[in-house]
Amino acid sequence: MSFLSVKNLTLRLRDNRAPLLRDVSLEVSAGEVHGLVGESGAGKSMIGKAVLGILPRAVEIAGGEIWLDGVDLLTLPPAARRKRVGGLAALIPQDPLTALNPSRRIGPQITDRLVDILGWKRTEAEARALDLLGEVQINDPARVMRQYPHELSGGMRQRILIASAFAAEPKLIVADEPTTALDVTVQKQILRLIAGMQARHGTALLFVTHDLGVVSKVCQSLSVLYAGRILEQSTVRDFFAAPTHPYSAALLGATPKYTDPEGSLTPVPEAIIARLRAEIAAYDEAHHG
Amino acid sequence: MFWQKLIARIGTTAVTLIGVAVIVFVVIRVVPGNPVAMMLPPGATEADVARLTALYGLDKSIPAQFLIWVQGVLQGDFGTSITTRQPVLDLVLGRLPATLELSIMALVMAVIIGGIAALTGTRLRGTKAEGAIDVANGMALSVPDFLWGLALILLFGVLVPVFHISGRVTPSLDLPFTTGFYLFESLFRLRFDLWADIVSHMLMPALALAIPLAAIIGQLLKQSLKETMHLDYVTLSRTKGYGENHVITREALPNAILPTLTLVGVQFTFLIGGTVIVERLFSYEGLGNMAIDAVINRDLPLIQGIVILFAVIFTAVNLVVDLLYTVLNPRLRHG
Amino acid sequence: MADLTDGRGAVKRRIGTRLWLAGGWLTLLLLAAVFAPLVAPQDPLAQDLFLTRLPPFWEEGAEAGYWLGTDSLGRDVLSRIIYGARLALVVALVAGSITCLIGSALGLMAGFLRGWVDLVISRLIDIWMAFPPVLFSILLIAVIGPGLHSIILAIVIIDWTRFARVVRAEAMAQGAMDYVASAQVAGRGRIGTMLREILPNVLPTIVVLLTLEMGIAVIVEAILSFVNLSISTDDPTWGGMIAEGRASVYQAWWVLVFPLITLFLTVLAFSQLGEGLKDRFDPVLR
Repeated sequence: MSFLSVKNLTLRLRDNRAPLLRDVSLEVSAGEVHGLVGESGAGKSMIGKAVLGILPRAVEIAGGEIWLDGVDLLTLPPAARRKRVGGLAALIPQDPLTALNPSRRIGPQITDRLVDILGWKRTEAEARALDLLGEVQINDPARVMRQYPHELSGGMRQRILIASAFAAEPKLIVADEPTTALDVTVQKQILRLIAGMQARHGTALLFVTHDLGVVSKVCQSLSVLYAGRILEQSTVRDFFAAPTHPYSAALLGATPKYTDPEGSLTPVPEAIIARLRAEIAAYDEAHHG
Repeated sequence: MFWQKLIARIGTTAVTLIGVAVIVFVVIRVVPGNPVAMMLPPGATEADVARLTALYGLDKSIPAQFLIWVQGVLQGDFGTSITTRQPVLDLVLGRLPATLELSIMALVMAVIIGGIAALTGTRLRGTKAEGAIDVANGMALSVPDFLWGLALILLFGVLVPVFHISGRVTPSLDLPFTTGFYLFESLFRLRFDLWADIVSHMLMPALALAIPLAAIIGQLLKQSLKETMHLDYVTLSRTKGYGENHVITREALPNAILPTLTLVGVQFTFLIGGTVIVERLFSYEGLGNMAIDAVINRDLPLIQGIVILFAVIFTAVNLVVDLLYTVLNPRLRHG
Repeated sequence: MADLTDGRGAVKRRIGTRLWLAGGWLTLLLLAAVFAPLVAPQDPLAQDLFLTRLPPFWEEGAEAGYWLGTDSLGRDVLSRIIYGARLALVVALVAGSITCLIGSALGLMAGFLRGWVDLVISRLIDIWMAFPPVLFSILLIAVIGPGLHSIILAIVIIDWTRFARVVRAEAMAQGAMDYVASAQVAGRGRIGTMLREILPNVLPTIVVLLTLEMGIAVIVEAILSFVNLSISTDDPTWGGMIAEGRASVYQAWWVLVFPLITLFLTVLAFSQLGEGLKDRFDPVLR
């Protein structure tokens, strides 16, 4: 049994019912790193948000199941669901500059979950935070714990967020484009750090990215998304050896050596896009009756 | 950095106060008619008028009068009231506590009502209740304290007479107070009977003053909560297992308060300015009521003293808010 | 992305109805003021000691023709409200417009020309903000004497900062934008740039402030007549009626209630008009 199992998940906008995810299924076993790849707007980060229960208000779940450690989260009442997800999963957010509360010191922002939700003693939680900050290679962690976010660099803050994500020893971490907002020089360090932490702690990782190069380095398996549909799912080895979907093949061909800052994966040939659009339209037709 | 800013602020404050003093001084000396003439009995001679005018220094040129007045002020002498013949400073300081208590009570009410409105509106966002709160806010915002005061007089003074709508305290009561701060002193002396009577007198005028400010606080705070609720650290806090109430009050609120605070400072001075007419409306014996009487009686030294005192209070409030903002904002504290 | 479904459609509709309601009430008021002699059922000044404190029409003891009752001198409340609208609207329109002109001009100059002009105007604004406005207006009226002109003058003197503050800030923001620089590069003078480039962009804000100011002017007039400093005491004013109603509220509540409701609705109408216009002007709806 997979640790995370998403079955036929369908998301749509609340007001005009425009679909965002169409019948998406994926499995992540314990300790596995699974990449979610696609262009912006493909719905890849919506999957992570749905798992963590932080979908925007404008989005609703139209169907499907999300099994986390043997329980379908969507059948739980909101409070129980929050508690379960809070204990089992964590998020490494995209933008470290906005993901730390500017009016609170770093220390409590790492330990609050341990104390408030998981019932640790404050001293234990602080000791744990100090360990983790050391593990993410922050000098003088005791001082950093007392500082405010604005006193730290973007790279430092992302390290803190990574430490914070691992604080409660979650079984699953969703990393939502964790390096996109950083300098190219820092990106590599952070990537290596996440991979190292993941390996040491044996955490399953759902890695959302638009960068196939990153996937090839960090992930074991991946799903390729286009317009809210999964086009291809396979192991990283098979995928890079021989992608089955023409869109994937085009993506691979188009992957530049260095990702450009916009993160665009184009150019994918027009003909393939047209075919995809037709497929999606046919799918929508079939499911709206 | 911080001290430099503080000194600069105090400098501009001083310039503002001098400007206020000059303007009041000039404006009230353009008053047609000799106020001294009104003080004397009908049979007084020209010479009597001249003597009294000289006594109050009103025969000198306006700049000369101003200099004399400033000299006095620097020694704590704000002149003598023409109508009551008591020192202006004593009169003004005697009424100040009443107005301060009223303003502070109104501020506290405004913060509580506005805060609750903003938090409830944020908690219930997207529902019909949020729309209702917005509409109520909009109405409260566009109607000034004067009209709210009248509406409250009708509602709770006449229709359902549960509160007092006139005066500061029931006149027949024996007051053991040594300070003018009745509300606080009655608490200190554990005289809860007096305290209840005072609160019952203050509640309606304070509410009239509080409603527009509450609406502004409600609107600003809700707006800034709404912006804050979309930020990543709030989302991140949700993934940790926290519920909506915790997310709003612990993560979003502290950051949403700052932008509200700066605007509330200016608005609080508007509230204090509003005490003038609201005190009149409720016959509340504060500075504002005295000011209107002083204007009607052409009591120049008294008017001058009251306006200057109001200006001092206004600039002090703005200064305090600025300092508070610096203290509360970690970015500036370490800047 | 997040707030797509915050009921924007509903908000927009509500603004529409609010604009219509506000405009409707103000039009009604304007018509009543213009045609007061035709619509008022009684002479607003006529006293009748046999008809004092008549209740409104639905109460016991009401008299036909005196729909909203009479005051302690037997004057018809409805007719006085109708005639009172004349003064209120004249003050709103004239005082509002003059305040708007002067305040906006000063704000525009301070915000765009900067330098010593800004220094002087900003300091003046600071000083003005340190005055309690109600007390200041009462003081001014006491100095210049009661009357329509005095009220208008007092409002202008006190409220110009409302325009100056906001317009200054907007003009500063606009002045920093690229199109202004390119206009100046293209050879336009500073005054020309100010009037041709900045002013049109600040104009929507000015119009909104103007509607709000008209509501404020109505209130200031009411407050001044309430403390008996407006125009001559005989002429019907809403504030004067309210002052009298306040004094006799236990004997004849209607003398206070009806002018109060009128004032409430008028102030609300002006502010709703302003809010509605603000949303109309804003291309992205806030």
